[in-house]
Amino acid sequence: MSSYTYRHYEYRKPSELDGRSARRPVVIVGAGMAGPTLALALAKRGVPSVVLDEDDTVSLGSRSICQAKHSLETWDRFGVASRMVEKGITWEQGELYLHDKPVFRFNLQPEPGHKFPAFVNLQQYYVEEYLFERCLAEPLIEMRFRNKVVAVTPSEEGVTLEVETPDGGYALDAEWLVACDGVRSTVRHLMDLPYPGEVFHDRFLISDIRLLSELPKERRFWFYPPFHPTNSVLLHRQADNVLRVDFQLGPDADPEEEKKPENIDRRLRQMFGPEARWEHEWTSVYTFTCRMMERFVQGRVIFAGDAAHVVSPFGARGGNGAIADVDNLAWKLAMVLRDAAPASLLDSYCSERRAAAQENILNSTRSTDFITPKSAASRAFRDATLSLARDFPFARALINSGRLSVPTAQPGSPLDTPDGDADWLRGPGPGRAMLDAPVGRDGSGWLLDRLGPDFTVLTFGDTDMPTGDLPSGVTCVRIAGDGLARQRYDGRPGTTYLIRPDRYVAARWRRFDAAAIAASVRRATGNG
Amino acid sequence: MAEITTGALRRTLNLARPDDVYNAIVDAHRGLSDEQCRAFDARLILLLANHVGDEAVLHEALRAARETMEET
Repeated sequence: MSSYTYRHYEYRKPSELDGRSARRPVVIVGAGMAGPTLALALAKRGVPSVVLDEDDTVSLGSRSICQAKHSLETWDRFGVASRMVEKGITWEQGELYLHDKPVFRFNLQPEPGHKFPAFVNLQQYYVEEYLFERCLAEPLIEMRFRNKVVAVTPSEEGVTLEVETPDGGYALDAEWLVACDGVRSTVRHLMDLPYPGEVFHDRFLISDIRLLSELPKERRFWFYPPFHPTNSVLLHRQADNVLRVDFQLGPDADPEEEKKPENIDRRLRQMFGPEARWEHEWTSVYTFTCRMMERFVQGRVIFAGDAAHVVSPFGARGGNGAIADVDNLAWKLAMVLRDAAPASLLDSYCSERRAAAQENILNSTRSTDFITPKSAASRAFRDATLSLARDFPFARALINSGRLSVPTAQPGSPLDTPDGDADWLRGPGPGRAMLDAPVGRDGSGWLLDRLGPDFTVLTFGDTDMPTGDLPSGVTCVRIAGDGLARQRYDGRPGTTYLIRPDRYVAARWRRFDAAAIAASVRRATGNG
Repeated sequence: MAEITTGALRRTLNLARPDDVYNAIVDAHRGLSDEQCRAFDARLILLLANHVGDEAVLHEALRAARETMEET
């Protein structure tokens, strides 16, 4: 049915089954998008890891398709993002329809001068394929397919896992276990940890089809279209001429009935007209939940991605939120492992990423309430907004068909140093993600590419700063001239930013002060 | 009547011809079913909320509308 060929990755008998066992610094459960990304981020910092997955192939179905700019920026550090951009569909435009008429268009990336676009649509199986290939080529990463975790025993100093393979079971000791094993996390179940949240009852039908005629490239969202007059429809293009059509079905739909090809075809025929031809790729009827664990760090077991928090799909915040999780975690875990930071640094992973998950859940719940109003009053305001939007531009801003994933703010994190200088006109303050900009003599380089593997001190102006006094391991980048970077960072001469390894701003000053920078680095690493 | 502290929301008359405005609002609902009235009011509220713009005023108006309901 699918045009994608699912490769089966090679299972190798684990060395433990030949009597060679060793304690591993990090064991990652789950080879989805987050697990391999974490393994690559750790390997960049010299930390070896073992990735366990009960399966031996990539995501079945397209699942998470909108890969956001900040995820691409993360993957770019492992050299896989350009491949994703080439294979995927770059889109920035979207169009919203009410009944049969366009209401307005939107552009997600109004300003030029970023290496990556706002979004690239690429099926999750391709993302995983590229990540797997990169992991398999990395000596510090051991990918163990068809290795199923059946028991987890945490202790003060680590975790012992029981793992089953086609050749039998074995025990695996880890200093740290990271569960990236999805919404139905085996590790979470084995540890009997609660997953509180809210269940939504509206059903949606995803139909991935290969349309054998001309394709729209932009995102389209309809409220009450003639081909599905009672509800909403979302259309997204993916790689290989695949289209995702997402039909809101309402709470009373019968999933088995809706999944029947003849019923899907009837809807698609109304949508695409009598001439269109297509092939089915993947079909899924889903409802969704918004849930979040109380603590993402439970002793030596850490939860990330859907295993730790889950949102509705509106806004592409699941997969992208998971990548942001492991980006936040990797440098902290690496520092703790080499005793450069206390284990309490990992508490900030929990507080920062829980705040992000809360923001994601809030945004996605608001979108959900707009798309599927829960009361007559809510529906009246939703419909009023839609009908005002064509003639009253203000109402367009109220239409919420998914507020698409951007890096979440982490205000008030204990790792960040609050602004001391009050004269900032713009630029990302402490707790904000960095902004990319073209740099270099001819503007052909990118600011994000200049960053070091760990902390980076970014200075503006034409004179070199006395960077010799900075803590070791800090990369120094100076931006001269009057380009976009200077504008985006309000970077008049002397301006200095301290950037965390996950590309969040830790502190900023109007003048270079090595002692202040050193103090902020200590604070940002839990050594303050 | 509950004590309502004075804030951003105007509580004294701001209309030159209050009877005309009041009747214009009521008349605009004429001939509409209850459901249509709800749809009409939603449009009106959104248009006016955007015009007012001041979030403090809007939040105070929302609270005042709700609180005065609880008194009846």
